[in-house]
Amino acid sequence: MRYLLLLIPCVLALMTPLYNSIEPRLFGFPMFYWFLLLLIPVSALFILAAYKGEAK
Amino acid sequence: MIDNLNWPATLVFVFFFALVTVMGFYASRWKAGPLDALHEWGLGGRRFGAWISWFLIGGDLYTAYTVIAVPAVIYAIGAYGFFAVPYTILIYPFLFVAFPRLWAVTHKHQYITAGDFIYGRYGNKWLELAVCFTGIIATMPYIALQLVGMERVIQALGFHGEGVFAHLPLTIAFVILALYTYSSGLRAPAMIAFVKDTMIYIFVIAAVVIVPIQLGGYGAIFDAAQKVFDAKGGATGLTLKPAQTMPFITLAIGSAMALFLYPHSLTGILAASRADAIKRNAIALPAYSLVLGLIGIMGFMAHAAGVKVANPQDAVPQLFLKQFPSWFAGFTFAAIAIGALVPAAVMSIGAANTFTRNFWKPFVQPDISSTGEAALAKVVSLIVKLGALLILFVMPTQFAIDLQLLGGVWMVQIFPALIFGLYTRWYSGQALLIGWAVGIVLGTWLSWGPTAWTPASNFFGWLSFNAYNGLISVLVNIVIATVLTPLLRSSAPDQTAETDYEDARVLA
Repeated sequence: MRYLLLLIPCVLALMTPLYNSIEPRLFGFPMFYWFLLLLIPVSALFILAAYKGEAK
Repeated sequence: MIDNLNWPATLVFVFFFALVTVMGFYASRWKAGPLDALHEWGLGGRRFGAWISWFLIGGDLYTAYTVIAVPAVIYAIGAYGFFAVPYTILIYPFLFVAFPRLWAVTHKHQYITAGDFIYGRYGNKWLELAVCFTGIIATMPYIALQLVGMERVIQALGFHGEGVFAHLPLTIAFVILALYTYSSGLRAPAMIAFVKDTMIYIFVIAAVVIVPIQLGGYGAIFDAAQKVFDAKGGATGLTLKPAQTMPFITLAIGSAMALFLYPHSLTGILAASRADAIKRNAIALPAYSLVLGLIGIMGFMAHAAGVKVANPQDAVPQLFLKQFPSWFAGFTFAAIAIGALVPAAVMSIGAANTFTRNFWKPFVQPDISSTGEAALAKVVSLIVKLGALLILFVMPTQFAIDLQLLGGVWMVQIFPALIFGLYTRWYSGQALLIGWAVGIVLGTWLSWGPTAWTPASNFFGWLSFNAYNGLISVLVNIVIATVLTPLLRSSAPDQTAETDYEDARVLA
């Protein structure tokens, strides 16, 4: 069941209405790009959490 | 032929190419094992720990073609091409959850390929054959596209041959690759991946720091790209248009389902020394996705730098020639070309492994010895590479691209058999085989357009939007396999036991 947490980054990655816009920009990147790029390390953190949770 | 050659770039290029060639041959002595056994030649003796696997799998999945094609699509049509990023976000949770189970069961039973596992699980050699040929046929155009990526950078160096010389540098490079893959097996790409990945990280970091400084920052880059898309009429742009949304989402899902089913992905994963190495890699491999996303942005950088090319695949090579000194452009091109060698080698090994194990052994020569298997696989890896070279010589590049697109639609059809099989033996082999066949035919049919092959369709008008054909057809495949299973109960034996899938955590 703890693997269900891994669905969060997946759902976020596919919820295009959430991020399909130019504004707000970050370092000049339109939201569409910074959101997805930022989600990559965030998704890795979710997997790390699942991995740590397994070890216990 | 070489009158317009960019010499500084070419010399750097040749230097790195020579370096990896030496490494490729030397690799046969690395982590030495008896290379006349198939699991040694074709799986590196399952000796690769988390670090080596990271380089190998990363080098294997993020190919030269990806490095050329993703920014090319973004250069041509903007946001839609960025589907590669959500796609790579989906693959690692999937890798983390499912593939340690596959590793455990293949390790326990000495399976080398997906087909080996399928036969062990369902006892149906026709399903095994279907899995084997799906993998080989989907892989061939993929190898050909690695060659396309390589040829783009060789042309960017200023090489323009006529007639039989047109593909000369590529042929030389590929023959060298074929020879060291033959002698060193999976150890060669594993070792070369260290060089390839390091070079790619260097050129990407240089580009994302230096190009924005030259062009006035990221804001200016995106604004310039916006102007180019607006000038084209506004059907494409920096964000998704409403009609692009569903194709974008379904393409990401369907591609993510297919990726780890390819023989080359499985070869990289199964070569890990422990299931734990795969889990650690699911955490660490997204670093490559970040690099891929940044490479995608280079498509916009090309617009901002004023690069105008007829073939979008030339956008990134031309960007580097324009913004960087020749020697660094040569370094980048070498990284991309070497980036073609690693996946091409792993793909040919993966295809050779499955041909040997899942076609030759069950159907032609059941009593083949272990050394016989390795000898055959080595020869098949040569044939596969020659085949890919031939595809490139005799067919238009567009045909290879179409075939690769269809390859993804076909590959995902083994998803129910392989992935469901990791969790349950409820499905019967015959039902899965029928589901597979329907999925292949349906996916191909949906993709067949009046003028060109298309990746997405509205499923004969039943949907109000367009969706990726691979995803539509695999869903139909799953429904059919599920409905038919109670009708086609099989009594075929299951070689595996429930505990074989568990991660027997080795305490090091």
